[in-house]
Amino acid sequence: MPTYDKTNNGTARAHETVMLALAWLAVGVPLLWGIVETLKKAMALFGAA
Amino acid sequence: MAGYLGREQIIARPGFNRWLIPPCALATHLCIGQAYALSVFNLPLTRQLGVAKPIAGDWRLTQLGWIFTLAIVSLGLSAALFGKWVQSEGPRKSGVVAASCWGLGFLVGALGIHLHQLWLLYLGYGVLGGCGLGIGYITPVSTLIAWFPDRRGMSTGMAIMGFGGGALIASPLSDFLMRHFASPTSTGVAQTWVVLGIVYLAFMLGGAFGYRVPAPGWKPEGWVAPSDKAQALVTRYNVTPADAIRTPQFWLLWVVLCFNVTAGIGVLGQASAMIQEVFKGRINASAAAGFVGLLGLFNMAGRFLWASFSDKIGRKATYMCFFALGTALYALVPLAGKSGSVALFAACVCLIISMYGGGFATIPAYLADVFGTKYVSAVHGRLLTAWSAAGVFGPVLVNYIRQFQVDHGIPKNEAYNVTMYVMAGLLVIGFFANLAVKPVADRYHEHSDSIGAHGARGDRRVMA
Repeated sequence: MPTYDKTNNGTARAHETVMLALAWLAVGVPLLWGIVETLKKAMALFGAA
Repeated sequence: MAGYLGREQIIARPGFNRWLIPPCALATHLCIGQAYALSVFNLPLTRQLGVAKPIAGDWRLTQLGWIFTLAIVSLGLSAALFGKWVQSEGPRKSGVVAASCWGLGFLVGALGIHLHQLWLLYLGYGVLGGCGLGIGYITPVSTLIAWFPDRRGMSTGMAIMGFGGGALIASPLSDFLMRHFASPTSTGVAQTWVVLGIVYLAFMLGGAFGYRVPAPGWKPEGWVAPSDKAQALVTRYNVTPADAIRTPQFWLLWVVLCFNVTAGIGVLGQASAMIQEVFKGRINASAAAGFVGLLGLFNMAGRFLWASFSDKIGRKATYMCFFALGTALYALVPLAGKSGSVALFAACVCLIISMYGGGFATIPAYLADVFGTKYVSAVHGRLLTAWSAAGVFGPVLVNYIRQFQVDHGIPKNEAYNVTMYVMAGLLVIGFFANLAVKPVADRYHEHSDSIGAHGARGDRRVMA
């Protein structure tokens, strides 16, 4: 039935969107943390320059 | 279990979102990128017995240096030896193997630190971890190229950016863990390695199980493969790894990668000492550490930006930029030092390092253009021996030239000038090697199955 299919597609799409967000967060958050820590360290150079 | 990990088990269902694949690749590369931050353990490892300060029987820095060298040599060799296997078995199985080697490498190394047996560090981190590095490095390449035929450079650049980014995470994380575990009787390195081994194993396994390969014949909606005439270097055919190494194009690209990496690695390894000696009295150790961190950022960003840029202007033109601009910048570094401008000096070196990273990230797409997509992981694996060679050659060259200068009475702040000119010379050779790259001759094309665009038929054959 079309309605049933639509619901399934909608659920699958929502699930995929959540997975996509989680996957990017899992790699993005540590990377962002590393970048911020590196920039903090780099401030010493900007101070000296 | 082996069947569950195989390529046939991970063919994506229709409608699968291809943007789920880059995070999996990043999960692998962010972990193995730790290799760039290994030096953070150097000093604590030299006082494993003395803890507060080195005592008789403690390891020397020269002995510890071999751990990294072994890991880089193992990286090149394992990528070359297992490239074909990685290609045929698919990213999940090879991702699991890479995760196991990398995680176990840390655990064996931790045991070596605990027992104070250096050979266990060589075996664990150097050989086992090095195999994890090599297999992990090439694992996502062909999968990403298959999912992003329209953005080969960007997709592989994103993954390989993770290798640069891994050091940015590993360095402060290792520092934090060592401080947490340190005690009057321990430097905390062994415990740190246990934690890192377990975390990396879990993270890389997560990435490995997320991989999917596109169904045979899949292509992005609305995308049409460019014609041969539109992009002269982009082939529709495939060249087997065995045939690829018989072509002049492979060896020209080997020189291109090797010289680009040699020049970059030489500067990267000496960056801290170089800026302190060139600007003596103005740049202290802390500011120099900030400079090294900044280089790490440019190394990472260059991987993504340059590789993405190569999708617009082509791979050959991108490498032309690396070599032409790089030569000019290397020649400018001594002048920047002489002018006393820290900002100009730092800007030159940062740009150089962005192109060093860009060189790594653009090469898989270049190989896919020249040799086809079907065996790109295997060909890439063989080409990574250029990295191993550069890993040994680059630092030796820089150290030797610098020492020769100092021994002949050149002031330390000028001792790097000749090195910079030698690096510029290497880039000139790289420029001409890149210029000589032409499409592969027809006789090397794999004609057995009249491959369609971007290896679609090839994937089917692997699955059969």
